[in-house]
Amino acid sequence: MTKLLGRLIFYVLLVILFVYTVFPFYWAINTSLMSGSELFQARFWPPNPAWSNYVVIFQEQPFGRQILNSLFVSVAVVLFALGLAVLAAYALGRIQFRGRRLLLFTILGVSMFPQIAVLSGMFELVRALGLYNNLLSLVLSYMIFTVPFTVWVLTTFMRELPKEIEEAAVVDGASPFVVVTQVFLPLMGPALVTTGLLAFIAAWNEFLFALTFTLSSEQRTVPVAIGLISGASAFELPWANIMAASVVVTVPLIILVLIFQRRIVSGLTAGAVKG
Amino acid sequence: MATRDAPLTAAETAAPEPLPAADARQSALTRQRLRSAWLFLTPMIVVLVLVAGWPLARTIALSFTDANLADLSARQFVGLLNYQFLLTDPDWWRAVWNTVFFTVVSVSLETVLGLLIALALHQHFRGRGLLRAAILIPWAIPTVVSAQMWRWMFNDVYGVVNEIMLWTGLATEPWAWLADPQLSMAAVIAVDVWKTTPFMALLILAGLQMLPQDCYENAKIDGVHPVTTFFRVTLPLLKPALLVAIIFRTLDALRMFDLVYVMQGNKVDTMTMSIYARQQLVDFQDVGYGSAAATLLFMIIALFTVVYLMAGGIGREEKA
Repeated sequence: MTKLLGRLIFYVLLVILFVYTVFPFYWAINTSLMSGSELFQARFWPPNPAWSNYVVIFQEQPFGRQILNSLFVSVAVVLFALGLAVLAAYALGRIQFRGRRLLLFTILGVSMFPQIAVLSGMFELVRALGLYNNLLSLVLSYMIFTVPFTVWVLTTFMRELPKEIEEAAVVDGASPFVVVTQVFLPLMGPALVTTGLLAFIAAWNEFLFALTFTLSSEQRTVPVAIGLISGASAFELPWANIMAASVVVTVPLIILVLIFQRRIVSGLTAGAVKG
Repeated sequence: MATRDAPLTAAETAAPEPLPAADARQSALTRQRLRSAWLFLTPMIVVLVLVAGWPLARTIALSFTDANLADLSARQFVGLLNYQFLLTDPDWWRAVWNTVFFTVVSVSLETVLGLLIALALHQHFRGRGLLRAAILIPWAIPTVVSAQMWRWMFNDVYGVVNEIMLWTGLATEPWAWLADPQLSMAAVIAVDVWKTTPFMALLILAGLQMLPQDCYENAKIDGVHPVTTFFRVTLPLLKPALLVAIIFRTLDALRMFDLVYVMQGNKVDTMTMSIYARQQLVDFQDVGYGSAAATLLFMIIALFTVVYLMAGGIGREEKA
């Protein structure tokens, strides 16, 4: 009897946990489908579901353009970071050289930099390069949090591959560059997908640099656009529009995360637990 | 963690010693590999110096000047003046206190809740896959979006949180979650806990799954109470994984910017050190002063990181 009761309590707690994690996003969807004064009655489902808020966000501001901005920045950041990281990870993971450990710890240290600590220096750099209010300033500055992470995870991955993999190629006289591109790269598919996806999410979500280095709404990325949506009056924000925009940028991310859930969890743990 | 230690130690013992009795072809190969190692590392090092090393050095340098955002080049060296003002500004100390309070409370809650969720997910039950997928949702939602979603839910007049509290009788009148100085920090912490506990739970779960099973079987045979097993066996074994997760979260919380900024703007009640520094830098255009605040925050985090890396390094040597 007590065992049954314990089981029941366990399941009740699990249901509460499920509702707690999922409800806020449900509420955002719920709000985004309401119109007019409906959203001021706190209904648990939309009485007359309507897409009008989704139409409005693309008409009243360059939201489509901002989504493309975010996509451009995130994809460029992922490609650059992975390119740099694959080469660096081969050196750090497969070749023994003096100062390797120091370098690894320096990279780990950089991943712990608070973004604000480089903000004024980066601002100066961005201006000197003529990249202010240009998406390339974000591609450049996002390297600070994507490169250390991708290098660290890919190094862990490379180190765990057996030695025999490259021996045959080395005996055949293949250069290290050929070894990386012909031998390791094909094996690294899963690791590249995981780290690439995590880097993509980090870049897609970034706020501080995007808020500081871009000015016009045509150059804004999605987080800044959503963070700065304001209404006709300062007191009443267009909540239904904000929620519609939030749902638009979040649904693809949630789908990606659910598809790749196992890989993401293993990527996160490779980056953190093993790090 | 063991998988990582072995290669590192092997490398340390092997790398500095020149290989004895190595034939010429072998050492030529080694030299080629060493050359290519540095060649492969160069692009990454150049990028990290450009986006991390150089801007950090410039921020520190600017913190000793009176630079202004409108014209960064027209600046004068003012020595420690910015730091002197900073250390006597009550708003700065308020931001320090807010950040520390936020960090300690949210990381503690996230650790305890994350541990409980991880223990639950470690059990076998129907719908475990569904729940594990569900707890990834808060993590997947962009921070800015989470902030806006909860800002709406915490709305004092139309928010669903107040609605539920009135309906269940937890409150007799709506609470001004985001305006009341007493409540706004609690609201911010609640959102951070909602958003980050899943991450914590998954890290801890990964740690749990790596624990050796034989201790548990012995404890079971000896008839040890599950709660005693948890405190005597699970927790000590889990400590390294738990510590790493806590340290990562702490570093993240100390530099908190986006969640609080979107929910609360520059309000003094919840202002963190990052928000304070950015306000000085961008809103007040005072790059020198803002850089001083940013530098102090960096030093606090660097101190924490160095202590952590040293503790980690010492642990590793002991094992080797």
